[in-house]
This record gives sequence, structure tokens and C-alpha cells, in this order.
Amino acid sequence: MSDLRIRFDHVTKCYGTLCVVDDLELDIAKGEFVSLLGPSGSGKTTLLMMLAGFESPTKGRILVDGEVIDNTPTYKRDMGVVFQSYALFPHMTVGDNIAFPLQMRGIGKAEIAERVTRVLDMVQLSAMRDRWPAQLSGGQQQRVALARALVFEPRVVLMDEPLGALDKNLREQMQLDIRALHNRLGLTIVFVTHDQSEALTMSDRIAVFNKGKIEQIGSPREIYDHPSTRFVANFIGETNLLEGIVDGAAGNGVRVRLPDGRHIAAAASDTLADGQNVLVSIRPERIRLDDLHGGTNQLAARITDSVYQGNHLRIQLDEGAHNFVVHLDRKAAQHQPGAEVMARFQPDDCWVIRS
Amino acid sequence: MSASTGTGRFAAVALIAPLLVFIAVFFIWPLFTVMSQSVSDTAVLNLLPRTAQAAKGWDPESPPTVEMKTALAEDLQAVEDRQALGDMTRRLNSAQPGFRTLMSRTTRALRKDDLPDLGEVDERWNQPVYWQAIVGALSPTTDRYLLAAVDLERDVSGNIVAMPEEASANRTIMLRTFWVAALVTLCCLAIGFPYAMLIASTEGWKRQALLGAVLLPLWTSLLVRTAAWFIILQDNGLINWMLTGLNITSGPIPLIFNRTGVVIAMTHVLLPFMVLPIYSVLLSIPDNLMKAASSLGAHPMRAFLRVLLPLSLRGIASGSLLVFMTAIGYYITPALIGGAGDQMISSVIAFYATGSANWGMAGALGVVLLAITILLYAVYGRLSSAEERRG
Ligand SMILES: Nc1ncnc2c1ncn2[C@@H]1O[C@H](COP(=O)(O)OP(=O)(O)OP(=O)(O)O)[C@@H](O)[C@H]1O
Ligand SMILES: [Mg+2]
Repeated sequence: MSDLRIRFDHVTKCYGTLCVVDDLELDIAKGEFVSLLGPSGSGKTTLLMMLAGFESPTKGRILVDGEVIDNTPTYKRDMGVVFQSYALFPHMTVGDNIAFPLQMRGIGKAEIAERVTRVLDMVQLSAMRDRWPAQLSGGQQQRVALARALVFEPRVVLMDEPLGALDKNLREQMQLDIRALHNRLGLTIVFVTHDQSEALTMSDRIAVFNKGKIEQIGSPREIYDHPSTRFVANFIGETNLLEGIVDGAAGNGVRVRLPDGRHIAAAASDTLADGQNVLVSIRPERIRLDDLHGGTNQLAARITDSVYQGNHLRIQLDEGAHNFVVHLDRKAAQHQPGAEVMARFQPDDCWVIRS
Repeated sequence: MSASTGTGRFAAVALIAPLLVFIAVFFIWPLFTVMSQSVSDTAVLNLLPRTAQAAKGWDPESPPTVEMKTALAEDLQAVEDRQALGDMTRRLNSAQPGFRTLMSRTTRALRKDDLPDLGEVDERWNQPVYWQAIVGALSPTTDRYLLAAVDLERDVSGNIVAMPEEASANRTIMLRTFWVAALVTLCCLAIGFPYAMLIASTEGWKRQALLGAVLLPLWTSLLVRTAAWFIILQDNGLINWMLTGLNITSGPIPLIFNRTGVVIAMTHVLLPFMVLPIYSVLLSIPDNLMKAASSLGAHPMRAFLRVLLPLSLRGIASGSLLVFMTAIGYYITPALIGGAGDQMISSVIAFYATGSANWGMAGALGVVLLAITILLYAVYGRLSSAEERRG
């Protein structure tokens, strides 16, 4: 990691006997966009609140730029926080809200005016400068909150589900906007979300949380294509999981024996011992359907359902031992429920997870 | 269709009718009578209708005419209500000193003799000043009570002038009332605001206990509460016992029968009216605003001044208004705990109403108090509607 900015060093946070963040380690580099992704109650907000200084760790240390910040009060931490509910000051205009952090830093009037103008331009709200927050739409308020957190050029920007309250179109627009700002300004961003597609779209790295621990951390591609646990495979996107036992090598992967004796060739990250229990994850969009027989990695199945979902066709297969979900191109309209087909997938698209 | 909505409306009106009647009978009507008392002045006109008739067109500078004297004698002879006669005499005496003796001599003469010449009963009946007083008092309405309520009066030629120093106490008492009310409001604010913040920051049973502690005074009788302060504040009471026991003071400091005692007791009694509005406003402020302020670099003190304080102003304003308006009408507490120099305007009103049956003065003071209260409320309404426009 080039330039270390934040380090969570074995951080634990307990409320009574319940530890909502459990011995967690996480390094974030300067200029990195890291998403914290996980189900509700997994401790994402708690971690962010500890970084911002609203909560203190029960155990462990947090370092920023090499310094332990546990005893630094929030107002000296120099971190911009965007709250899920925006937390704009209702008694100040948009311009005054954005000027607030600059005033707190004793910056001169002229410079404040200039910087507010610049950041308002950036979030395309120049016309709203003298409005009250209550007169803005949700998306506009969100951008004001963003502008306020960015205008003082903080070391880190923390965002706690900032897009949660927006409708889908606006949310996707804002995702791209924030991403573009990140690239342009080289910001270090920690972004909390429980929307997996949001995390995939925006992040350099995603940390998948489960019960106060990080299950896996990596680039969106790593997380999606090579999940390391059943939880991650299930949580990020839809997948088909087959239980089996490792039974020798195949190419640069392994052969997995299914309970009924058939074999699947699959890719794996590291060497696995024969006889080990594993799961094979196959993404729905990586499965092809045809009626040719022969070759590896194919299973005979019957179509039980076929649903048109706009950008793809979602097909349910019954293979006897398993139910499969397959996403096909929406033009593949010939598949009707009841038809017998062969489900086929490349060894590269089958990923082995230790179970 | 229209018939059914008609009956519906009738039913609705019938439902709220008892409330309307109640308000009209026990609130609007008494208010109206008291207000009309403050400008009505019929004590003389009611008893002297013939005199009023005879005095029409009389030049106030010239001696009284014979008809006027006869009419007055007839009027006085017709009076049977001794109390009304007393009221009239008092009214006339306040306009022209000497009327009391003049009247008693005249009525005595009238009882002996049938229609004597008034000029012979008492020489004063020939002087125009006494007749001027009668004619001046014949108008059914007057502004003298309202003027007197603020220590003003009309001189002989009818101009409004200040009352002589020794006769004027209302303005002083009124100012004292506002001063005490303002002191109490300040004390309530100084204690109530931090206290409301404390309640808002706690949860569960602690919050209930803190709320209960401030609400307790509302659930006990005012008299009991005041009497309790009586016990605590007196020279050998709890506070002085502690102060001298701990050698903080050498002797008891006077806490009762003075301003300090009044302010302490009234602050205690009125504290809930300050705490509750502020508390409810504080509850409505999302706590992430303060978090946001500190994350943006605001020291807790500056965050308080720039965010929490301005956002709670509405609660502070309504609390202060409530306390102030209630305080200016306080009566029992200053009467029991204050000294002679701490009586507030309500005591004066009570004195006029029950002590001397001068309903005109009592009403006029009440009207002045009401006007000031309404004025305050209007200012508050203006401010809060300006606030609301921000959305
Ligand atoms: N002040 C607190 N006292 C006790 N428990 C708390 C407190 N704050 C949070 N928790 C608990 O900690 C756990 C983690 O909460 P946290 O807010 O970090 O979850 P999250 O991952 O942000 O979830 P979400 O996606 O729903 O926002 C939850 O079970 C919550 O009940
Ligand atoms: Mg959360």
C-alpha cells in the first residue's frame, strides 16, 4: 500500500457484553475509496463513528497518518462526515451551512465566499446559495451535505449511507458524481452502504462486514468473482452454491466431487487438500443453456420458471439435487417452463470456497 | 343533501355549544364587565337625573341657577340607597375636596326640612367649583381610572398631567412588577435551560425522574409550595441554619420578606413553564446536528452557540413569555414572602377590588396589565412567524 492514511489496529467496540465490532483490522491508503458493505447491524456505522470520534473503541487503536487519534476530540480530527440524514443546519442558508467549517477554522470572509462559490459550482447548486435547507429536494440537500464535508478539504471524508434516502435514478446519478469527485480531488473516502451494487460501482476496495468482522476485503472484481466465504458469495449478488469434496487437480484448478458422484472442474485461489469439504459458486449469468450432450461441467435439468426482468431473463432450473438460477440474455425467449435442457459452465466461472 | 349537512352543522354547533357558553359566561362576560367598569362612571348620573337635566346649558363660570339647586335637592331627597349615596359622595369628593362634609350637612338638612334652599343650608352651594365637580362627574364614561392606573390625571382645564408625587404609586408598582417578573424570568432561564438540556440528554427512568422533579411543583397547591418556602427561607430556616452551621455567614442573612425571597419562591413555582417548552424544542433537534458541527471543526462551546442555542430560541422565547406573563399576575407569593416594598400590581388590584370596592380602579389596572400582555404576545407572534417562514 503506497501511502497509509488510516489503520484500524485490532479495534473492538462492545456495548455491555455485545461486541458489535470485533478485533477488526483495516488499512486504508491515501486517496482510496473504500466501501464498508454488510447487512444491517453488522457494525459499519459503529466503525465510522469511532473513526469520526463520536464513539471510542473498547479495545485497540485507530491511527491516522501514523498517529493514534483515540484522544483527539472530533472537532480536531479534520474529517468530513456526510450523515445518512444529511444533518444540515436548518437555521442557516445553504451558503452559511457550507461556510460553517471554514468559519470554524478562522478563514477570512473573502476566501470563504470564494471557496463556497467554488464548491457550490462543483455540486451544481450555485443557484441555491441563499435558500434554506427545507426548501431543497432530497438530492439537493445531499449535495449540500457533500459540499459542506468537502469544502474544508479534510483528510478523510466519511459517508454513512448518504444515498439511502434517494430514489433509484438520483442515487445512480449521485454515485457517479461522488465517484467523479473522488477521482478529480484525490479524496480518501470511507463509504458505508448496505447496497451491494452501490459498493461495486463506486469503490476501489470493498470490505464486507459480518457480525463486527471483515469477512473479505478486496477490489469489486475480487469480491464478486472470487468470494472467499459462503457469506460473501451470497451477500454480493446472486449465486448458485453446490456442496462437494475436493477430488484431485484439474488444469490449474481442482476437481470437485458432488454428493451424487458427478464431478465439476473449478478454479480455486490456493491449493486445496483432497477430501476437503468445499462449496462451488457459479454466478447465474455465467451459465449457458443448450441441448448438446458431452463435455465437462454440464448438468441435465428441467426449466421450472422463466421470468422476464427487463434487462435479462431469469430462469429457474430443477436439476434433481439442486435448484439453479440462470440469467440469460432477454432475447433467449425460446426457453419455456417444462423444457429439458443442459446447463453448461466454464471451469473458470466456477469458484471454490472452503466450507 | 343540503338538509343533511345543515343538521350535521347544527349537531356540531350543539356539541361545542356548552364550551362556548362556558367561555362566554365565565371568561368573556367577566372580562367585559371589568373592562367596562374601568371606563364607566355612573355613580353620580344615576342619582342625579334631574340635576343633569337642569344643568344643561349652564355656564360653568357663572353661579348656579335656582333650578339647579332645586333639582339637586329633589334628587337628593329621592335617594334611598345609602351605599349609592356614599359612592357618589366619594366620587365627588375625589374631584373636589370638601364634598364629604358638604354632603353630610346637606342630607341632614334635607331630612329635617322639606326642600330648603341649598344656598342657605351651606354657603358653598353658591360657589361654581362644587357645581363644576358635579357637572364634570355627570358623563357616563370617564378616562380617569385608566389615567390614574398610570399615574396621570386631568387638571381643571382638562389637560392630561402627571399626578403629584405623593399620590402616585401605580407606575412604581407596575415597574416593580415588571422588574420582578423579568428577574424571575432570567432566573428561570438560567436554571431551566441547562436543566432542559440535561433532561433531553438522559433516557429512561432518569429522564422520568428529572421531569418529575420539575413537574412536582405543578402538582402541589401554590399555597403549600409558598408556605414551604416560608419555612425554608426564614431566619431560623433550613438555608440559614446551614449557612451559619457551616460558618459561611456569621448570622442569618435575610431571605424572607424581601425581594430575594420573592424571586426564589416565584422561580421555583414558575420553573416548569420554562423547562417544558425548551425541553420539547430540544427533543425536536436531531442530535446529529451537534455531531455534524463538531465534525466540521466546531469546539463544543461554539457548536452550542452556533447550532443548539439558535435552534432552541423558539423554546426559550415561549418559555420566557409564559413565565413573564404568569409572573406579572402573581399575587399570593409576593404577598406572603415579600415585604411591603415587594407587593406587585395584583395586590393593588386586589386592594381596590376587595378592600375598597373601587371597581373602576381595579378594572383599569387590569386593563393596563392586559394591554401589556397582549402587546408582548403580539411581539412574540411576529418574531415566531418570521422564524417559521424559513420553513
Ligand atoms: N449506543 C448503542 N448501545 C447499544 N447497542 C448499540 C448502540 N449503537 C449501536 N448498537 C448496536 O450495535 C450493532 C451495530 O450497529 P451499527 O449501527 O454499527 O450497524 P450498521 O452496520 O450500521 O447497520 P445498518 O446497516 O442498519 O445501519 C447493532 O446491533 C446495534 O443495535
Ligand atoms: Mg448504519
